[in-house]
Amino acid sequence: MNPPPDRRALLLVPAVLVLLVAFVGPVGWLLARAFTQPQPGLQNFQAIWQRQGYLQVLWNTIEISAMVTPICLLLGFPIAHAMATGSPRLRRWLVFIVLLPFWTSLLVRTFATVILLQRTGPVNALLIGLGLTAEPLPLLYNMAGVMAGALQVLLPFVIFPLHAAMVRIDPAYMQAALTLGARPMRAFFRVYLPLTMPGLLTGATLVFISTLGYFVTPAMLGGPHQTMIAQLIQDQIAQFGNWGMAGALSLLLLLVSGVTLLLLHVTVGLKAAAR
Amino acid sequence: MTGDGMDLWRRLRGLVCTLVALYLIAPLVIVVIISFSAASFLQFPPPGLSLRWYVNLFHDPAWTDSLAVSVQILIPSATLATLLGTAASYALVRGRIPGAQILGAALMLPIIVPAIITAAALFGVYRGLGLNGTLTGLIIGHVVITMPYVVATVSSGLRTMDPRLEDAASTLGAPPLAAFRRVTLPLLLPAILSGLLFAAVASFDELIVSLFVSTARVRPVAVQMWSNIRGDVDPTIAAIASLCFAFAFLALLAEGFLRRRSGTEGQR
Repeated sequence: MNPPPDRRALLLVPAVLVLLVAFVGPVGWLLARAFTQPQPGLQNFQAIWQRQGYLQVLWNTIEISAMVTPICLLLGFPIAHAMATGSPRLRRWLVFIVLLPFWTSLLVRTFATVILLQRTGPVNALLIGLGLTAEPLPLLYNMAGVMAGALQVLLPFVIFPLHAAMVRIDPAYMQAALTLGARPMRAFFRVYLPLTMPGLLTGATLVFISTLGYFVTPAMLGGPHQTMIAQLIQDQIAQFGNWGMAGALSLLLLLVSGVTLLLLHVTVGLKAAAR
Repeated sequence: MTGDGMDLWRRLRGLVCTLVALYLIAPLVIVVIISFSAASFLQFPPPGLSLRWYVNLFHDPAWTDSLAVSVQILIPSATLATLLGTAASYALVRGRIPGAQILGAALMLPIIVPAIITAAALFGVYRGLGLNGTLTGLIIGHVVITMPYVVATVSSGLRTMDPRLEDAASTLGAPPLAAFRRVTLPLLLPAILSGLLFAAVASFDELIVSLFVSTARVRPVAVQMWSNIRGDVDPTIAAIASLCFAFAFLALLAEGFLRRRSGTEGQR
């Protein structure tokens, strides 16, 4: 009855073994600490709930991720659209410009953002030169800095899924809506935008969950008010050796990312089914 | 009416594209300019030009040692990730394996799970094994982190490749291994090389796992950069950043070349 086992499955063994031994095992070990250290029980989660400072960091994490996501979509949308509908030449340039930073180390780009945004940096020089401000603006070590750095890194994550959704849209749909008398705005919101929804949702999810785990960006570009959960996890280990708390915070971070991914799976899955 | 709306959108789109393109490219340009600065701090525009920071990069043992460590991690980890990832992708895409979709998703986990969690977990487990501060420990961590890039690249390469080519080879009597070596491998080579390149760049750039698992004696470039950025910042870091950037530039050109080759070969 059963089909003969496919021997090609053996090719999976080394990769899966590495994944289990060097990833799933250790992560499981870390998460288990949440319930076993310092004593068995839920006291780590109680401690998070009771500490104002920790809740503030959790809130910062969600707030920053939730702010970055819509800005990324708004800025990424026109670029993806130009890539999908522009001339091949324009497309090649845009792909190159979007991919170049993507291939450049996160650290290098964040460092460059520091130079760009510092008090005596080119952005402030430009703003003062244009007479838009008399004093240099504080663009670093605050929310503006974190946003600027995060967008730099995350734009490709929305542009590529959006582009993938847009190239699949038949231009005849928009043409039909316009010919039938719909105004461009209405045609866009009623016809085009819904068709890009799988790309929008995928991009938004990617940006949101990547931002949740950010470590370098808030550490280099943010101030104390932009501390995020990854920095808190690092502090727990490096400063306090508190593995129980590190495990509990990691579990929370994974839980939020997991739920977001599940939402994507359900919504885009439904969208695909509805078509 | 219609024309006006479209025209407005075109103009708005052009403006946003230009601004975002500037925003993406400007930091990279500025880093390159500062790396040639004559000043000993990060001043822009620089007061004069010099090569002193590049000289410093190749004479300061802190930098040369970390470059050596990075290369010693990058070569074995990218090679291993490519071998394991390619084998796994082949089984996932071409095999008839129950639960292949779930396994494929599981193999992508290391780039979905925030790196801080992987880093903390490996650091914790390595303590008992004495692997912290060793090349072995770093290489294992980097294989885990970079393998998903290979799986993604090679799987998509395999999916766009016509399976009938391999079927034809086996129908004509080629043993499976020969069919793979003579038909699949040459067609898939561009995708495999792309994956290797991706893995190498990802390994070189990897910071967070390295930050936890390395020590002052065994310290890859990314960690050295990190501690430099956090401490006394001088333009040496702009010099190494420019070299990374040049490497990314070349990698991107190479990748585009590979992609074009695989594209034309797929059409034939």
